[in-house]
Order: sequence, then structure tokens, then C-alpha cells
Amino acid sequence: MGVLIHKDFEFIIQGITGREAVNFTRECLEYGSKVVGGVTPGKGGRDVYGVPVYDTVREITAQRKVDGAIITVPLAFAPDAAFEAIDAGIKLIVIITEGIPRRDASQIVEYANIHGARVIGPNCLGLIIPDVCRFGSLGGPAVDCRKAFKPGVVGVMSRSGGMTTEICNALSGAGLGESTAISIGGDPVIGSTYTDLMPLFEADEDTKAVVIYSEPGGSTEAELAQWSVDNKSRLPIVAFVAGRFMDEMPGMSFGHAGTIVEKKLDSPADKIRRMRDAGISVADEIGDIPKLVKERIGA
Amino acid sequence: MRLYEFEAKRVLAKHRIPVAPQKLANTAAEAEAAATELGGPVTLRAQVLSPKLLKAGSVESAATPAEAAKKAAKLLDLDDGGRKPKGVLVLKKVDAGADYSLAVTYDGTRKLPVMIAATVPGNVEDIADQHPGKVARRHFSALLPFSDYTAKELVSSLGIKGAELTRLTGVVSRLARLFLDYDLTQANIPSLARLADGSFAARDCYMDMEVEGRARQGAILAELGIADDDTRAVREPTAFETAGKKIDDDDPRGIVGPVVEFDGNIGLVIGAGGGSLTLTDAVIKAGGRPANYAAIGGNPSVGKAVALTKLVLSKPGVEKIAVMSNVVSNTRADLVARGVIKAIVEMGFEPKDKIAIFRVPGAWEADAVKILKKYGVDYCDRTVSISEAAKRAVEKIGA
Repeated sequence: MGVLIHKDFEFIIQGITGREAVNFTRECLEYGSKVVGGVTPGKGGRDVYGVPVYDTVREITAQRKVDGAIITVPLAFAPDAAFEAIDAGIKLIVIITEGIPRRDASQIVEYANIHGARVIGPNCLGLIIPDVCRFGSLGGPAVDCRKAFKPGVVGVMSRSGGMTTEICNALSGAGLGESTAISIGGDPVIGSTYTDLMPLFEADEDTKAVVIYSEPGGSTEAELAQWSVDNKSRLPIVAFVAGRFMDEMPGMSFGHAGTIVEKKLDSPADKIRRMRDAGISVADEIGDIPKLVKERIGA
Repeated sequence: MRLYEFEAKRVLAKHRIPVAPQKLANTAAEAEAAATELGGPVTLRAQVLSPKLLKAGSVESAATPAEAAKKAAKLLDLDDGGRKPKGVLVLKKVDAGADYSLAVTYDGTRKLPVMIAATVPGNVEDIADQHPGKVARRHFSALLPFSDYTAKELVSSLGIKGAELTRLTGVVSRLARLFLDYDLTQANIPSLARLADGSFAARDCYMDMEVEGRARQGAILAELGIADDDTRAVREPTAFETAGKKIDDDDPRGIVGPVVEFDGNIGLVIGAGGGSLTLTDAVIKAGGRPANYAAIGGNPSVGKAVALTKLVLSKPGVEKIAVMSNVVSNTRADLVARGVIKAIVEMGFEPKDKIAIFRVPGAWEADAVKILKKYGVDYCDRTVSISEAAKRAVEKIGA
């Protein structure tokens, strides 16, 4: 099982001829994912590792089913690419592109909502069900990816792409593995927050616990804490909040665009307090995560 | 990117949101003249960016022009994170029939912009905590053209009626539109006074423009006189930080940054993004004192790793570095290893004396191990957690 994707999930890559995109197209194919097309305007007719390239998304959707799209186009073209995918009827869109202003991100997500599509990201690496389907660039080369991600019981959601792999590697090493791991994106406005995705994990019989990786900035942790109080979820949640050192440095920016403490709600200390009050186990050290998951699920 | 209050108010005025009587003074004498011209008691606000100063220490009151001069001299001498204030705003104390607060920002939960209004002045976030009944919110679309009725619904939900409803609706609408037009992430009027004639005037205002939106906001930035290299950081960069930025600018392959100077003894060559936050926390948690923050990633070139290593190791007080990252997808561990070792050798040191720990689990890891072994450098692989690697580094280097 797992969430959002499956073994027959077929997707396209918008911006497939870019340097990074060419790499992860190959990595996805080697992992066994079904990449059925790519789009780069002006490069229709070529192919990338056997994946046909088109000028428009509709050229692909007119002839076959497409379950998802990965957007990895340059910043200036990213909103347009998202609108194109949504208009072509694609329902799951991963936006890898970094640096999209909030106004554009908000527009993309609103347009997706109107059309019943879901957006993961922007500024994320996508998602993976270990050994089943990789939809994005998580984990790098297939051989490294298989080392870090193993089938298992933990649903992972992370605001950092790199830390998604780090945490899954630790969970895999501890014998827990992952049901689905999702890099949700590091920006202040993202298509799917922890709370948006929790019901999917809740409904997934493979998932026995959820691990979240969070950073300073934004309100999505406070939202998750409230969700946990309001919904009697069967899933224990273990969280890690990075950037605690930033509590002493209001207004300073480190890492992701979203990681800036602007408001009270944004600070790591406030996030930790809210989540602990809501019964979420917050790890003091990143290395404690597997142990805490085992405690919570009684493994 | 924070705008100074006087800039934010220029934006308000440009969009027909009246501002209470005020003058910008750059000297004590100008402040005295401004106070004389405005008449009566005044408030003086130093134009600063440091969050600490904005919270306290940048505002004074003066009953007379002479007092205004004295207080302005003091405010103009404040240390705003290595800068001097950009003048002092001299504001006439105006009588208000009512005092409201307005804010527009993004709500990450709903993924929409939201207008917030309160029937008392202050920070809307604090008001929402203390007097939730006095605050109303209304989300709106960033996709569809802005409709004034949404602002009207917000104002009406606070129980405001009659001419005041229509006037306030106008102010809120204009604030919401300029918020969208200028890629702002916050547009706040903590004190919006209703004057004797029923009109409104902003007594205070602050705005943040999204850094990612700057590229398309050239017109307003030019109008405000904000240069491209004016980053509006909360404090001025140190020489170390400027050197770090130069490393990133000089070579497009991979990313180094942000480089931030701390006052500890453990040099960090770490990366990137969320990994750097976690690694820095882990070093502190293990009792260590980082000398710096420096994210390196995105598959950097050997040259970039060389430059960053040299920068960190030449910082006074730094004896050893910890080279660590999360399990990386694209960064080649062997290139990082090569770069770090090359830098140390070029500086005339032994790599094993300078690298406390090397933990970069990523592509080409086996090649990295060969190089590290050759130089006798202590390394660990992905089976060692970030927490454990940080502990080893701190044990070796000492707190």
C-alpha cells in the first residue's frame, strides 16, 4: 500500500532536459518507476533515456493516462508549468523548483484545489514508496536510494529533502523502514502540509507510525498539534525540530526560505511546546528518532 | 526583506492610505525643526531593522522641540546591527476617536493570503492571543482579481457600520492590493487612527518584501532607492561572512551558503539545507561551540570545498573542523573529501590533525573513504547518526 503513489503509477517530468532532471530521470527509471514522458518546450521529438520528450503536456495526456507530473523547470516558468499540468487533468503534481514566491505558490495551490489536483512542494524532492515507486529525486542514484529507503511501517514527512533521506536511512537501519516518505517542501506556502497528508497515512494499513522533520518558520507544526488534539489518530507521531539554535537569532535566515523566525508561532521552542502538549513525541536528538518510534509502537 | 517604517509609509501614501503627520529627520537639528513644524508633543522612532531594537529601545517621546533634538541625537547614535539608523521619524501625537490595527499576510495552513483586523491597536498576533473577540480574519484569493467586498466582510464582521464601514473597507482593500502587487509577506498597520473628521491615518506601519519576489519588484525598489545589494539583513555581515558569500558567487557549481559567523571554536564544513540546521543543533547539544554556520551542498566543486575549508580554518580560534552532512543524494563525497584535504595540505597542515570527523554519506562514498584512509582521517559512514558524529567531533575538539 502506501500513500498517493503505487506500482503502476505513471508520471511525466516537466523540464526533463535540464541537467538535474536528466539525472533523476535515469535514477527513477533504474529504480523501476514508470516515467512515461517529458516536456521541454522546443525540444519535442527528442528522448531522455528512452523517455519521449514533447513540447506540451496535452500531447501526452491526449494519448494516455498520466497520474502525476514532476515540475523541475527554471523558476520563472514554474507557475506556468503547474497551470499546464493542472489544465491537462493531472491530479498529483510535485514541484521541485526552489525560490517560488508565496504569491505564485498560493496561486498554484488554489488553482489545483479548484481542479481537484494535489500539489506536493514547491522546493521539495517528491515522494517514495520503497521498492515500489519513486516519484521525484529523493535518495539520488538508485543504488544509494535502495540503501536509504526500505519497505516498512513508518510514514515520513519532511520539510527538508536531504533530511528525508537521512531520517529514512536511520529508520531503515533500525529495521523499521518506511511505508511512504514524502519531502513536503521547505517553503512557507506549500501544497500539502503535514495535516493535509495525515488522513492518507491514517487510512494506509501499512503505516504504523508517522515521523515528521520540521524547521523554524511557518505554522504547519502548530496546525499538526491542533489536528492531533482534534482527531483521535491511531498513529503515534514522532517529531524532530531542527534549528533550535535559531531561537536566539530572530530575523536571521538559514537554509530554506521558510526557515526564518518572523512570528511567535514560528520559533522552534513554540513548535516543540505545542507538539508535546498535543501528545506528539519530540526527539531531543535526531539520533533518538528510531528509538522513540519503537517505544511508541511497542516494537 | 524588511522595509524601514518611512519607506513602508511612502508605499501606503502612494496607494492613498493616509499617514499621520510626520517628518523624517537625519540630524538632531532636523528633528528639532520637525517637532517645531509639527507642533505639540511628538514621538520619535529610530529607523532600524534589528528585531531587538524594534521591540524596545528605538522609540522616545518629546514634549518640546529642544527635547526632541536631544532624544533624536541619542536615537541616531543607536547601533542597529553594525549600522546607524536611517534617520528618525518625528511623529505628531494625534488624537484618535478610535484606533485599529490591520495586517495582511500569508496563512500557510490555508495557503492563502489573509487580512486581519482588530478594533484595538497593536500587534494582531498578540491581540488574537489576549482578546480573540476583537480580531477578525478573512482569507482571499491571490489567483482571482481582488474584490473589495471581501474587505467589507472583514470590517463588517467586527461590527463596524455606517460611513466608518465604507471608509475602513477602502483602507483594507488598498492594503490587500498593494500586499499582492509588491510581493509582500507582511503588511502591517499596528495603529490606524480614526481622526476627528472620520478619516483614517496610519500612525505606524511595517512591511516585509519577499526576497524571492525582489527580481520582479525593480520599479518600487528603485522608487524607494533600495539598491540591489541592500539585503536588509538584521545585522551587517562580518568580514568572514562576506568572504563566504564571495566563495559562492565565484563558482556556480554547488552551493555554499549562508555562511554565518559564531564565536565558538569548532569549525563547521557542513551541508546542506535542513542538514546544516540539524548538524549545528547536534554540535551544540553535544556541548560544543560552533565557530560558524556554513552549508555546502548541491554537488559542489572541489574548488568550492577548498575555499570554504580555508576560510573556516583560518578563522582565529579554530583549531579543527568537523566535515559532516546528512545522507546526501547528489553531492559527491569524494569531491568534498578531495577539497577539504587539498585545502589543509595547501595550508601546510596534516589532514588528520585538522579534521575531527568526516561524515558525508553520499554518492562515490567508497572513493572518499580511500582518500580519507590514505591521510589517516577519522571518518564514519551512514550507520553513525548525526548526533553521534557531532559528539565525536566535540570530544576531539573540546568545548
